Amino acid sequence: MRKILKIEERFYRVLMFLATTFIGTALFVILFSILRTGLPHLSWEMLSEIPHGGYYFGKSGGIFNAIVGSVYLSLGSSLIAFLVGLPIAMFINIHLIRHTKFVAVIRFLLDLLWGVPSIVYGAFGFTIMVFFGMRTSLMAGIITVSLFILPIIVRAMDEVLRNVPKGLLESSLSLGSTNSEIAYVVYFKQCLPGIITAWLLAFGRAIGDAASILFTTGYTDYVPHALNEPAATLPLAIFFQLSSPIPEVRERAYAASAILIFIVLTVSVISRILGCKYNKNKINF
Amino acid sequence: MNWLKIFYSRKLRNRIHLSWMWISLGIVFILPMSLFIGLMWKSAILLNQQSIFDLLFSSEWKPMAGKFGYLTFIVSSVWVTMIALLIAGPVCLLTAIHLTQYAKSWVLKIMAPIIDILAGLPSVIFGVWGILFVIPLLANHIGPFFGKSVSGYSILAGAIVLSIMIIPFILNILIEIFQTVPKELSEASLSLGATRWQTIKFVLLKKSSAGIVSAFGLGMSRAFGETIAVLMVVGNVVHLPSGVFQPGYPLPSLIANNYGEMLSIPMYDSALMFSALLLFVIVLIFNAISRLIILRSSH
Repeated sequence: MRKILKIEERFYRVLMFLATTFIGTALFVILFSILRTGLPHLSWEMLSEIPHGGYYFGKSGGIFNAIVGSVYLSLGSSLIAFLVGLPIAMFINIHLIRHTKFVAVIRFLLDLLWGVPSIVYGAFGFTIMVFFGMRTSLMAGIITVSLFILPIIVRAMDEVLRNVPKGLLESSLSLGSTNSEIAYVVYFKQCLPGIITAWLLAFGRAIGDAASILFTTGYTDYVPHALNEPAATLPLAIFFQLSSPIPEVRERAYAASAILIFIVLTVSVISRILGCKYNKNKINF
Repeated sequence: MNWLKIFYSRKLRNRIHLSWMWISLGIVFILPMSLFIGLMWKSAILLNQQSIFDLLFSSEWKPMAGKFGYLTFIVSSVWVTMIALLIAGPVCLLTAIHLTQYAKSWVLKIMAPIIDILAGLPSVIFGVWGILFVIPLLANHIGPFFGKSVSGYSILAGAIVLSIMIIPFILNILIEIFQTVPKELSEASLSLGATRWQTIKFVLLKKSSAGIVSAFGLGMSRAFGETIAVLMVVGNVVHLPSGVFQPGYPLPSLIANNYGEMLSIPMYDSALMFSALLLFVIVLIFNAISRLIILRSSH
């Protein structure tokens, strides 16, 4: 009996080990297979020039328009999401801290919104756009993406603010602070690294998502100069150019995916460093 | 009366902040409502002409003739999602048990960033990986192994890509759930002479079974709505799929693929918005049930 149990445990431990290594190798296979194809095509021309002769047929030029468009789009949308999201997170954790039922409802709603697929946001953004008579533009994309990342940024900041010890709130209140002073002076300072991490998470989501901007941002060969112009973005640059029959155009797509991976990895590393710092400077009660 | 001025300016600032907070919170409450109403408003034209039953259970898709049957797309979506879950589920479960029960701290130190990065990779990157790695693998090795010549662009390819995408998502929830199971329960079981694996089987898994089911439910709804990565590898042919090596056409791909031409054909616009609505409602229901189960079991 004992022996059978031992063998069973052995068997499952081997399976578990295999599953864990499977996940590890999956990431490396993904990174390796894309970087191997993408890195050889990265050059200064690729980074600094717009595509010549159309993004779908032109054989020369680069993806500068997509890089700039993506940065504009994700900076703009993460800024809007931050301006709306931070007050919500503060509100839940400071003003409403005694209304636990209400807060639970808000969190539940946010979790539900987080789960809504980005293509639904895209279709919705398109509906609004048509309703207000807008054309595909950077502005429409920014609004759509900021709706899409709003639940993500709020829940991420909420998790940070939730872990602030209650004593901090009580002592600030007893010193006579107003609620908003506690939020934007005390809590903000205490959680700054965590808040930046949340913002970075939202930024990463915004820069990588393609389905929500497919309808709204449009695509162009040029760098956008105003909010009402269409803009190219990295995910769509990959998506559109990869389906081209011309190998030079596909090379641009591979280069764009290498750049996208590079951006996402940088964001991830920065937030990891901030996370370590955050844990070091935290006030413990 | 300087102190009075300061007092009132502080009050005023508090007021302004508070009203901005209420407005922001209002956005969160209005958003799901307006998502639903907006999509409903657009798809009302289609719903007025055909009954929902006809739309959902007919597989006739002829936009030019004004015939919209969603069965093909729904079946494709279900195939892709289910196979992805079949692959990702066991892997996540085993890894979550390994990481929470057995793994040494250095393994955790390595795995934490790996899961993080995997979760943060954009879906289009998974799509490119699918084209570069999964498609050739299916076409040159797995297909011939089963004695079929396949192009690779198939339901199986979509499911494989999707399974890797939802692994970090399910895994994070599972780890969280296993961590909330009280240590005392396991200790009691161990002290009664059960082996480690018996404890896991009869205490940990039993205690968190509701959580595991809802983690899979959340993963499923995530997989159901995933667009770009699946779209790039699944083949996109409108016909009822009969095997995993055949191309499929899931719901999100339908929306994403036709956005350019939809304005030129009447009703097409409305039909695509109806599929977005369908997606929204299905995912919302799955999410709500799973979240409620998690909430209930954590009390």
